[in-house]
Amino acid sequence: MKFTLSWLKDHLETDATLDQICERLTAIGLEVEDVDDKAAYKPFVIAKVLSAEKHPSADRLKVLMVDAGDGKPVQVVCGAPNARAGMIGAFAKPGTYVPGIDVTLAVGNIRGVESHGMMCSEKELDMSDNHDGIIDLPEDAPVGSPFASYAGLDDPVIEINLTPNRPDCTSIHGIARDLAASGLGTLKPQAKPDFKTEGQTSVGLKIILDDERLCPGFGLRLVRGVKNGPSPLWMQQRLKAIGLRPINALVDITNFMTFDHGRPMHVFDAAKVKGDLTVRRALDGETVLALDTREYKLNPSNVVISDDNGVESIGGIMGGEHSGCDENTVDVLIESALWDPINIAKSGRSLGIITDARYRFERGVDPEYMVPGLDRTTQLVLELCGGVAAEAKVVGYKGHQPKIVDFPYSEVRRLTGLEVSTEESRHILTRLGFAVEGSGERVSVTVPSWRPDVDGKADLVEEVMRIHGVDQIKPEPIEKLSSVNAKILTTLQIRTRTAKRALASRGMLEAVTWSFIPEDQAKLFGGGARALKLANPIAADMSDMRPSLLPGLLSAAQRNADKGFGDVAIFEVSGTYESDRSEGQRRVAGGIRRGTASINGTGRLWSNTAKGGGKPVDVFDAKADALAVLEACGLPMGNVQIEKGAPEWYHPGRSGTIKMGPKVVLGYFGEFHPKTLGALDVSGALCGFEVFLDAMPEPKKKATRTKPPLELSPFQVVKRDFAFVVSSDVEAGAIVKAASTADRKLITGVNVFDVFEGASLGEGRKSIAVEVLIQPVERTLTDEDFDTLTAKIVVNVEKTTGGTLRA
Amino acid sequence: MSDLENLKTSLLAEIAGTSDEAAIEAVRVGALGKKGSVSELLKTLGSMSAEERQTRGAAINALKSEITDAIAERKTVLRDAAIEARLKAETVDISLPVRSSPAERGRIHPISQIVDEITAIFGDMGFSIAEGPDVETDYYNFTALNFPEGHPAREMHDTFFFQPDENGERKVLRTHTSPVQIRTMESQKPPIRIIIPGKTYRQDSDATHSPMFHQVEGLVVDRKSHVGNMRWILEEFCKAFFEVDSVTMRFRPSFFPFTEPSFEVDIQCDRSGPIVKFGEGTDWMEILGCGMVHPNVLRAGGLDPDEFQGFAWGMGLDRIAMLKYGMPDLRDFFNADVRWMNHYGFRPLDMPTLFGGLSA
Repeated sequence: MKFTLSWLKDHLETDATLDQICERLTAIGLEVEDVDDKAAYKPFVIAKVLSAEKHPSADRLKVLMVDAGDGKPVQVVCGAPNARAGMIGAFAKPGTYVPGIDVTLAVGNIRGVESHGMMCSEKELDMSDNHDGIIDLPEDAPVGSPFASYAGLDDPVIEINLTPNRPDCTSIHGIARDLAASGLGTLKPQAKPDFKTEGQTSVGLKIILDDERLCPGFGLRLVRGVKNGPSPLWMQQRLKAIGLRPINALVDITNFMTFDHGRPMHVFDAAKVKGDLTVRRALDGETVLALDTREYKLNPSNVVISDDNGVESIGGIMGGEHSGCDENTVDVLIESALWDPINIAKSGRSLGIITDARYRFERGVDPEYMVPGLDRTTQLVLELCGGVAAEAKVVGYKGHQPKIVDFPYSEVRRLTGLEVSTEESRHILTRLGFAVEGSGERVSVTVPSWRPDVDGKADLVEEVMRIHGVDQIKPEPIEKLSSVNAKILTTLQIRTRTAKRALASRGMLEAVTWSFIPEDQAKLFGGGARALKLANPIAADMSDMRPSLLPGLLSAAQRNADKGFGDVAIFEVSGTYESDRSEGQRRVAGGIRRGTASINGTGRLWSNTAKGGGKPVDVFDAKADALAVLEACGLPMGNVQIEKGAPEWYHPGRSGTIKMGPKVVLGYFGEFHPKTLGALDVSGALCGFEVFLDAMPEPKKKATRTKPPLELSPFQVVKRDFAFVVSSDVEAGAIVKAASTADRKLITGVNVFDVFEGASLGEGRKSIAVEVLIQPVERTLTDEDFDTLTAKIVVNVEKTTGGTLRA
Repeated sequence: MSDLENLKTSLLAEIAGTSDEAAIEAVRVGALGKKGSVSELLKTLGSMSAEERQTRGAAINALKSEITDAIAERKTVLRDAAIEARLKAETVDISLPVRSSPAERGRIHPISQIVDEITAIFGDMGFSIAEGPDVETDYYNFTALNFPEGHPAREMHDTFFFQPDENGERKVLRTHTSPVQIRTMESQKPPIRIIIPGKTYRQDSDATHSPMFHQVEGLVVDRKSHVGNMRWILEEFCKAFFEVDSVTMRFRPSFFPFTEPSFEVDIQCDRSGPIVKFGEGTDWMEILGCGMVHPNVLRAGGLDPDEFQGFAWGMGLDRIAMLKYGMPDLRDFFNADVRWMNHYGFRPLDMPTLFGGLSA
């Protein structure tokens, strides 16, 4: 919402400075977004051309002697065809910034003649596009005075960022009312329209709507015999100052009313209206050529004003070109109507029309000003264009039913902490136009018709508070906790946090990638369901809620690789989406490693090249990451099983599933299926994992924080090595399990320390060597004890795996 | 010179001539071993007369003792020399590089770090953390938060919609973290003090807007918290978060459908340089929106607005991260560029705490 200072002062009697006004506007909730104090125009003065001679060496240039009022004429070289002796215009001396051409003047030398300034055109002063000649002022223009104040260019323009709840401040009058209520002056009473009417508004007018809320009132008045020329300079200047283009007096008056009183008006050229005017829903496919000279295709959700010619105007949004007023208009029909805010918003949005009328109607126009606004507009038409007004025709309007709020003054203290006396509260509300009835602590407040935003007590508290002054509210500490704060995070929140720190501690970088991914990627990872597709994605490749963190991470790794950073380890702990229900949003820790980015670092290093340093990452890097997350989250690892294979986007022979019990899947890890990588257009050595943090069971509640006593065996731990030759498809895990369970009491650990496949073992065979840790508990073991234990281990392994002890 | 003298001289020469432990051992065996030269002399003691034993015997014993000592001494010298030699042989080029620790290389994303910082601050004030789903119903995202159907404020949200389901209902990607206010009020009785960090989505994209971004929201509901308390909390938070001794904040009346009265809050700062400095300067920068919870929102949460009251505030997490740590472009937050993550990310062991300071 833009307005000028002088326009504001039409409504507000005040001595306040521009700065004070702006500061107060912001303080009462009308945030000043921009102020143009027009200081740029200050250096321009009215000057007289004393003489104008032809330039000695240029036919088209003249050499002027210019008097800027200080009695010291200066020489100016000028190319304007209209420059002549005796002419009065706008002068800029050297050092002046000229806004229209974006130049700061210097003393010039033009073809051997010095020039000490410039006589300006309208274009150079950014007043218009006119560059045909320099500004030619009337003879009585006061030489030596500032040009801007003479030309009305010094009127500061204020722009406020209006919140959508304040339709009353889409009006300069409304803004003045707020300022006056805050004590920054007094609201000037508006002159009552005073004109005689003659005859009837002879055009028929009907509202034919299934829902009367769509047009709760329509006022129309015919003014005959107008002369529609340009509007007066003061009106044009104001409209231009706020960015509107003056068109003709009738149209300018409607625009003036829109800003002056927040009352959008429309004028029809009565000669172009055929038959009666009808307010109705548009027919499906009906079209209208609007005032912006674009044709709009309408449907029954749009409400229009039509006549026998068809649609003449889109109600409350934009008039039609056909019945618009121009310089030939003699009889004018002035419309002042009310429209449904929601329907205006919807229609405006679907038609893609943004107008000052729509802006106001979708916020809510004062219903009680419909008729007064029509009268005020009529008055302006009569004053500026002459003519004779007919009696107005008003249909549909049933009057305004004011809201009444039961208001205990104590609400101000309760909600804001402010101490405001009841007298002041009453006074503030009254000045804002609220009617306060009753005298005690609890009063009955009638909401004015221009404040549809005020519904209840809290709204009245806001009114009192913002006018009293928000800066009066002092910070007041909240109640302290009465004891030391207990744990504030849920298990899932703790695990989320821990998983991030654990993975970062493994040399991985935390990424945050998009929650929405391309459809084909979503499908590759088991997603793509209709319920998780955006109806209005911001880009085609951000269309589907991700079923997995992996596609985003894999694409990110490739982007980095394309820039020359091929060895990356990145992770994300965030949401994935299984369904559109809240329980369908999973909490997942996922990560990938690319190239040589193992936990120990990337690339080759002198110390490990011999040991295969710089080797590409593989399934075991991913497995270690996945298990590290589970460990960090405090999962009892003894209950975790690892099964071969994972969903189809993984390499079937180099991937695994982490489970707890037969049903709970805790995660997957592995290298990726070449087809998946191909479809994602990514390449290189890659492995990755996903761990479902929300699938982990809550830790068991402990009765005590005390740890169980530490029982240390006095007997030495013994290590024994075994190597088994088994079929190639036997998993090492099976051997470890068989060995471990041979004697649960004595065997405390089984480590795989070698895996060997070679011709010596025969086709389809491999050797797996394990080290078994034996912890005697009751006594030192004898040779016989060892023989028995060894035999049990061998039998157990051979029985479960079909292998044999390697000789 | 006696034979003993001769033997001694030759043995000492032999000892001195040895160059390693094996050689000295050979000398020892040759002299003091079972059949060693000195041992052989000792064996002659038995056939000596008492007188002879006194003189010659003593001399032989003295010789044995002297040779034993000499061997021991030589052994020490040789052992030391051997260690010296071994150490020399074992010397390596310690300028060769080693790997940095993985914990030194890993990085935490600024968003996660900021959430931890905020958790540390508000945890101290008795708040807990609440979360909710990104895919929301229209009810939780709008209606329950007092956005009437068709209200222009809905339009300001640039909402992402899903396809309508069989009942014509369409879910949305939450445009703010405020739906969690309602979800919390539904599940928990006052007093409520929660902080809601999370992802939010709007159809918008430029250097300071991204279709996905993060918000953090706070909610206090009890029987007496008012604007003055909110002002205190927000000032304390900004001081703690930006790690400055004082901040000047300006509350401006504003409008949000879910609060009444509503405010926008500016923080005084110095924007003259490339980095915004808080606690100094004369500029104002909008930093958050807040207000008293609207009675309709309390009702939607099942609370009587005449009995309960409270306030809520919200701000952009990414934005305050940018203000504090100086990232210039929001879109980089979601690009996963390793150079950006390395530069703006945080080390995993730098955990924000109040006892150790929020940032290193």
